[in-house]
Amino acid sequence: MDCVRCKGVAISAAKLLWQSVGPLFTRGLPVTLEITVLLLLLGLALGTALALVQVYGRRPLRYVCVAYEQVFRGIPPLVTILIFWNGLSQSFHIFLPGVVAAALALGLRSAAYQSQIFRGAIQAVPPGQMMAARALGMGKLQAIRHVILPQAFRLAIPPWSNEYSGVVKDTAFACVIGGLIELTRLGMTSLTRLSMTHGIGSQLILPVLIIVGLFYLALTYGGNALLALLERRLRIPGFEMKGKVER
Amino acid sequence: MSYFEFVGMIMPRLLRATVVTLELTAIGIGSGFVLGLLLALTRVYAHRVVSGIANVYIQFFRATPLVIQALIIYFGLPPYLAAMGLKPLSPFAAGCVALGLNSAAYQAEYLRGAIQAISSGQMLAARSMGMTKAQAVRSVILPQALRIVLPSWSNELIYTLLYSSVVYFVTLDDLTFVSMKIAAKYGRAFDSYSAAALIYLAIVVLLSRVLAYVEARVRIPGLSVDDRAR
Repeated sequence: MDCVRCKGVAISAAKLLWQSVGPLFTRGLPVTLEITVLLLLLGLALGTALALVQVYGRRPLRYVCVAYEQVFRGIPPLVTILIFWNGLSQSFHIFLPGVVAAALALGLRSAAYQSQIFRGAIQAVPPGQMMAARALGMGKLQAIRHVILPQAFRLAIPPWSNEYSGVVKDTAFACVIGGLIELTRLGMTSLTRLSMTHGIGSQLILPVLIIVGLFYLALTYGGNALLALLERRLRIPGFEMKGKVER
Repeated sequence: MSYFEFVGMIMPRLLRATVVTLELTAIGIGSGFVLGLLLALTRVYAHRVVSGIANVYIQFFRATPLVIQALIIYFGLPPYLAAMGLKPLSPFAAGCVALGLNSAAYQAEYLRGAIQAISSGQMLAARSMGMTKAQAVRSVILPQALRIVLPSWSNELIYTLLYSSVVYFVTLDDLTFVSMKIAAKYGRAFDSYSAAALIYLAIVVLLSRVLAYVEARVRIPGLSVDDRAR
């Protein structure tokens, strides 16, 4: 049989695959991580604020927070990204960098989900703790900062790692933003390149896409492992919660 | 043209596209339920090897983005399908397959949790009354498990609706893609997207109401999770 030729084809296929995979590490992964970290920080800050207002705030303010959650939980991530990128630039001439537009759109969305996590965690801290803190002469804000939140954040880590897994995958929608080169975008460009150089029926498209998928899989598992480690490190014996915090 | 005039003008096109979105959602959640139930039963009752295979499927589909899954089904598989003498999937079929396979993995995990939440004594009792394992699952375990799973299933339904916008990547004219085309045609991106967003939001609010009603209707006093926690 024509084994030399077989080998040659296999080698060139491997070379092509490597050309597609290399940039995933050097260009795609950093950008995906950047979007993920930015959106999680935004969601963390805003989500905590929303949760505190819902637990301790006045009634009209609480309704505003509930409405915020309902709106951002009712719009597809792809559409929020389009609004913050294309919508703002075309209709209001606000030109955000791609990473910022993606992090803003997904972060505001994540805040709605994170606020539910933190609200559950804050409510899981026994109410006696607040009373005890107040009885010791702490102000309400002091009690929240030094007594309630340190416990609530610890309780929130397991459901928060679910939210992390969710948003890592949501960043794939950011590839619609022109000029934003992240993992999925790189997968799609190599898809186009492969079908142009090797015809539409290129059998190399599947392995490239699977490799891109494995990057996300690694990000999901890696992040969850880190968060589990964080949970163990921060655990205070005697303060573990018996039941789970509902999302 | 004012915002409302513009939205009024594009509304018929958006609503026609909404039908496609709703079809995708229904087929995705429905096929996902059938496959998800099979996977969940496999995970709980099947031999360890088979259960392990089901777990690999579930983990892969839960840990990779739906976008990648859709791209794999629409662009990655056709060369291999052609090699087997099969035709590539149409955009609509690819969208349904992607949503169904993805949702199945999530629904399998919810259903598995619900099945395992039912005390094992129920299965023993059913078996000792002479029921076969399959009969017990059908008449004793599932009626309770499906009630327990309803709240998470409602979330999954809403997720499927929102994430059906992924069919943009397989070039199917759903609500999101049509709003993108309108935005490009008239140069009014914000107006077009916000109109689409409002339609999604309206459907989500309506669905949540209906599902909360269904949950209250099928509830059996004393058998819900809340009752047992007390």
